[in-house]
Amino acid sequence: MINFYNVTKIYPNGVKGLNDVSLTIQKGEFVFLVGPSGAGKTSLIKILFREELPTRGQVLFYGKNISRLKGREIPYLRRKIGMVFQDFRLLPQKTVFENVAFAMEVTGASKKSIRSRVPEVLEWVGLADKTKVLPSQLSGGEQQRVSIARAIVNSPMVIIADEPTGNLDPDTSWDLMKLFGEINKTGATVIMVTHARDIVDSMKKRVIALSDGRINRDEEGGVYCNEL
Amino acid sequence: MSFNTLFYYWREAFSSIFRNSWLSIASVGTVAVSLLILGFFSLLVINASTFTQDLESGLEIRVFLKDGQSGDSIKKIKAEIDRVSGISVVEFVPKEQALEEMKKSFGNRREVLEGLQNDNPLPDGFRVKAAQADQIPALAGKLSAIGGVDQVVYGHGLVERLVTATKWVRLAGAVILVFLCIAAIFLISTTTRMSVFARRKEIGIMILLGATNWFVRFPYILEGMILGFVGAVLAASGVYAGYISLTAYLEQSLPFVQPVTDQNVILTVLMGILGMGLLIGALGSSFSIRKFLKI
Ligand SMILES: Nc1ncnc2c1ncn2[C@@H]1O[C@H](COP(=O)(O)OP(=O)(O)OP(=O)(O)O)[C@@H](O)[C@H]1O
Ligand SMILES: [Mg+2]
Repeated sequence: MINFYNVTKIYPNGVKGLNDVSLTIQKGEFVFLVGPSGAGKTSLIKILFREELPTRGQVLFYGKNISRLKGREIPYLRRKIGMVFQDFRLLPQKTVFENVAFAMEVTGASKKSIRSRVPEVLEWVGLADKTKVLPSQLSGGEQQRVSIARAIVNSPMVIIADEPTGNLDPDTSWDLMKLFGEINKTGATVIMVTHARDIVDSMKKRVIALSDGRINRDEEGGVYCNEL
Repeated sequence: MSFNTLFYYWREAFSSIFRNSWLSIASVGTVAVSLLILGFFSLLVINASTFTQDLESGLEIRVFLKDGQSGDSIKKIKAEIDRVSGISVVEFVPKEQALEEMKKSFGNRREVLEGLQNDNPLPDGFRVKAAQADQIPALAGKLSAIGGVDQVVYGHGLVERLVTATKWVRLAGAVILVFLCIAAIFLISTTTRMSVFARRKEIGIMILLGATNWFVRFPYILEGMILGFVGAVLAASGVYAGYISLTAYLEQSLPFVQPVTDQNVILTVLMGILGMGLLIGALGSSFSIRKFLKI
């Protein structure tokens, strides 16, 4: 469970990224985070991932106050969250297999569990035949799948994806979205930032709409934009 | 810490040593040279200290008594000298013995003292040794205050000079050692900084994937320690070989010089060099990784 209580984020240059945001996301939910550019979507995610600290307000992650985490506790928060970065953040000199295995290695996982778990996840995202390939030899959609595989390989409680379909064609976007739907069915909470209007509209999930750092809409089975 | 993690640390450390092989060789070289100088300097200081200690232990204070004192009052004076703290040996020297010693020191010109046998002008006295050489001037003051004591004599100037010389050798040694260590730490930190910099993107991703700071840091610290240790092994071998042949040469050509050849002392110096190598490596590399860990 994730709780935001009156969270405000003011960046050092005085820009307000978030303005008095309160919300609750239950375990196992699938949430779309939408809103125009600069609305504060990435700011919200960064606070949850402890890349940024809130200026005011509290954030609880399964009851733990994120601002009060000590430096050495932060890695363990991040292991509970599978992050799919918009720019993939894959390691160019490592193969697909190694990139996914890396997420397990940093947690001190055994060779044996890495060898059995990584192919399983790669099979699941549809990259079973590309394990020895370098990221540069993959298409954008395939690279995105690698970063999804890496995000779920440690079976995190929460998967966060910041515009995972940002620069993909509609068909590929749909494939990936189905993948996230399946991840959600296994019990993981999914929070997804997206601009893909048709996907949001047809999936009928909870939609939280931000603009200018405020929540201006939060509804179950919502659509991307009410006004149109 | 699991076996997998340990394996990971060593693999990463060695791969970056070989990736930056020229820089690795350069820093091993610097560590080796620094520790070589450091090792020889330590041995020099140890030898100088032993030499001055030998000299110091030979230094003595002569206490001369006023003439014509009874056996009882000499005993009283002896008791008072015994009560002064910081004295290691007290020995009574009667005037006859003093004359004998003086004759001996005159060697083959002793006949000039022949006539003094029946009318000995030398006073009775004590030969006193101090526990510590730098206490001699203060002790001399205390001894001359004792009643019945006529004169207190010691190697004026010589003692003071010896004590300050020893202090300076030790101080200069310490300063040079510190500078050499800083230089070596700086070089190791440059080497590991190259490895860290080449992989800063990877480090950023590791941290976002939930790697602990220690997990990120340790391969680089290990790299520094390996470089430091290899340099130290080279330096220790050089110091050992050099010192053994130097002492052998000195004992042959300058038999009155007695260098320290105690195997335990030499072994301690060699162990110290290896320890310094590891320490320099660990310190240097932990400086270079620090600023990349803040995400
Ligand atoms: N590090 C930063 N320093 C200063 N201002 C920032 C920083 N990051 C974001 N902002 C500002 O905060 C506001 C919210 O940014 P945020 O990145 O959260 O928007 P977003 O909703 O993710 O937009 P987009 O859809 O374009 O990714 C913007 O006005 C942005 O300029
Ligand atoms: Mg954004």
